[in-house]
Amino acid sequence: MRIAFTSKGTEWASMIDPRFGRTAFIVIYDEETQQFTAVDNSSVKNEAHGAGTATAQKIYELKPDVLITGNGPGENAAQAIKQLNMKIFIDAQEMSLKQAYEHYKNDRLKEI
Amino acid sequence: MKEIVVISGKGGTGKTSITASFAILGGGDVVVADCDVDAADMHLLMQPDYDYSEDFYSGEIAYIDQNKCTHCGKCARVCRFDAISLNNKQYIIDPLSCEGCGYCARICPTETIINKERLAGKWFISNIKSGSIMVHARLSIGADNSGKLVAKVKNEAKDIAFEERKGFILVDGSPGIGCPVVSSLSGASFVVLVTEPSVSGLHDLKRVSKLVKKFNIKAGCIINKADINAAKCAEIMEFLKDEDITHLTNLPYDENFTKAMTQGLTIVEYDKGELREILAESWRKIKQLVTN
Amino acid sequence: MTNSKPFKIAIASGKGGTGKTTLSTNLAAFIAEQEEVVLVDLDVEEPNSGLFFTGEPVHEEDNFKMIPHWDESRCTFCGICHKVCNYHAVIQLGLTILVFPELCHSCYACSELCPTDALPMVPKKTGTLKDYQTDNLHFIESRLDIGEEQAVPAISKTKKYSAGKYDNVHIAIFDSPPGNSCPVIEATKDVDFVILITEPTPFGLHDLTLAVETMRALGKPFGVVVNRYGIGNDAVLQYCQREHIPILAKIPNNRKIAELYSSGKLIYQEISEVKASLTDILDFCMKTAEGEVE
Repeated sequence: MRIAFTSKGTEWASMIDPRFGRTAFIVIYDEETQQFTAVDNSSVKNEAHGAGTATAQKIYELKPDVLITGNGPGENAAQAIKQLNMKIFIDAQEMSLKQAYEHYKNDRLKEI
Repeated sequence: MKEIVVISGKGGTGKTSITASFAILGGGDVVVADCDVDAADMHLLMQPDYDYSEDFYSGEIAYIDQNKCTHCGKCARVCRFDAISLNNKQYIIDPLSCEGCGYCARICPTETIINKERLAGKWFISNIKSGSIMVHARLSIGADNSGKLVAKVKNEAKDIAFEERKGFILVDGSPGIGCPVVSSLSGASFVVLVTEPSVSGLHDLKRVSKLVKKFNIKAGCIINKADINAAKCAEIMEFLKDEDITHLTNLPYDENFTKAMTQGLTIVEYDKGELREILAESWRKIKQLVTN
Repeated sequence: MTNSKPFKIAIASGKGGTGKTTLSTNLAAFIAEQEEVVLVDLDVEEPNSGLFFTGEPVHEEDNFKMIPHWDESRCTFCGICHKVCNYHAVIQLGLTILVFPELCHSCYACSELCPTDALPMVPKKTGTLKDYQTDNLHFIESRLDIGEEQAVPAISKTKKYSAGKYDNVHIAIFDSPPGNSCPVIEATKDVDFVILITEPTPFGLHDLTLAVETMRALGKPFGVVVNRYGIGNDAVLQYCQREHIPILAKIPNNRKIAELYSSGKLIYQEISEVKASLTDILDFCMKTAEGEVE
């Protein structure tokens, strides 16, 4: 499975970014290949509107099966990512990516 | 950490004066966010020191390099916002009308038009007289009041509240029902609606309540200048009951509010009697409602 | 008056609650005693002027903005549409194009640059416009639907409607939204004169200076009306004097005015100082119209 995280940094020790649209990085962890990739999302920093939809498009291209995030996507982004067959887990803010992953594996994150 | 947002729908109901009073009453445990960025007034009562400031960029604005322009006029033809006009044989972009859509830049055959980041305002972090911190901002004139600057102010306030382990964020929200208000409301734990007993006040209260309901946030209402119109006041209280909005208190029409403001003071600093007691009681009630 | 089109007066303020609607409704009713006048409420998020008049609309129509509509049958998935959208209102997720109406600014780029005409622009309702008439007074109100976030397209359409229908009326009054951002610019940018109404308090003065900056950037002739004169202090008057800004009237602070307003009643017939102020304001505007004031 490919797991996507909204992240403040590029390491396993980085903290989850609670935001979806304006998340600093999108990190993808591929469980099969063990590949760990961080994608810079800072281009949305100056967007007045549409950060959510822009990020949704970016996430689509990365094709994750699971998304782990904090507050969850806003209205527009939520509409957009409904199109993807992706499970979304929220309330992982204040955890590192590693902790969030462990919580997810132990069914301790909330699915929406 | 709880977020209390004060909004009014209609302007002039006393929202900012009341929010400033709560900021004083809350003291060091409250981080203040002035999200009424189009007409920010909290700083006139809180004595901020503008300790930190940062430029705020939002959207884009198009520029024509007159040296490269071949005057084909394509840009003016595609612009839907009447932002490009011919003036003294030169095509000029009006920054107040340009919406930064980028269409003109894309179709310019000589790549003469570029899109630059638009400087849309400035935001500040200040130490204020209550012993706490206030995040505030100033939107440039004609800027797109998209809610982005509001979001910036709120997020900075949240970060500070988290780092300094403060109990509350108190937000002075924007008037109306548009983008900036929606941005003010997102993530709120409790909404304080400030209104006045007039046809306009009730009308705007109803509209803004619909928005609050949509976000499913607990709300309370303060009726300011309550004795101006007893009948309207009663009508508002009926509405509050029907909508399950807590009636927090009634404040009387009192010239002391203006006298205090003129001296740069909140009413709770100026008045040590009934008005202060009413507001202190409301603040206690709000804290109680928000922590349950 | 040499032009046939109406002399347009906008009533604006930086700060909310200073009396824009009070002034615009009373001024319009006052003028209507003598001649035909049109009052347009452009505060589309919270339109309040209508609360002071009774009657049924003579005409009602939807306000709409244009947004792209995806025609799947014509789409070749070239991706140009989402590449040219600066607002991420159009995105592509594989073989689906999604349009987000709330983010769209109606620039038409995606629609006009689509090589196969797969994104025609279609109207989307954002609110309602109502046109009322009572004797000499035409009152147009535009109301944004809750959840709609963009006021500017609605304001623009309402002005066009008024200009189209009432181009032979002598005076048109625009009740503007508060603040200094896009909606206010849209409401005031094509008027002939702007009245900035303020109150003589620190909040009033602060927000007035922002409004003055805006009017100067737009190059609009303007004057100030000081409402609730008597409260606060004289800083606003001193500011106007320093900046050579004409003060058209000072409406005195009077609790009775607040009470009448709260009941949705007009004020000038009951309070003579208000009627006198309206006369002064109208005189100044007419002198400006005839080029007697610079």
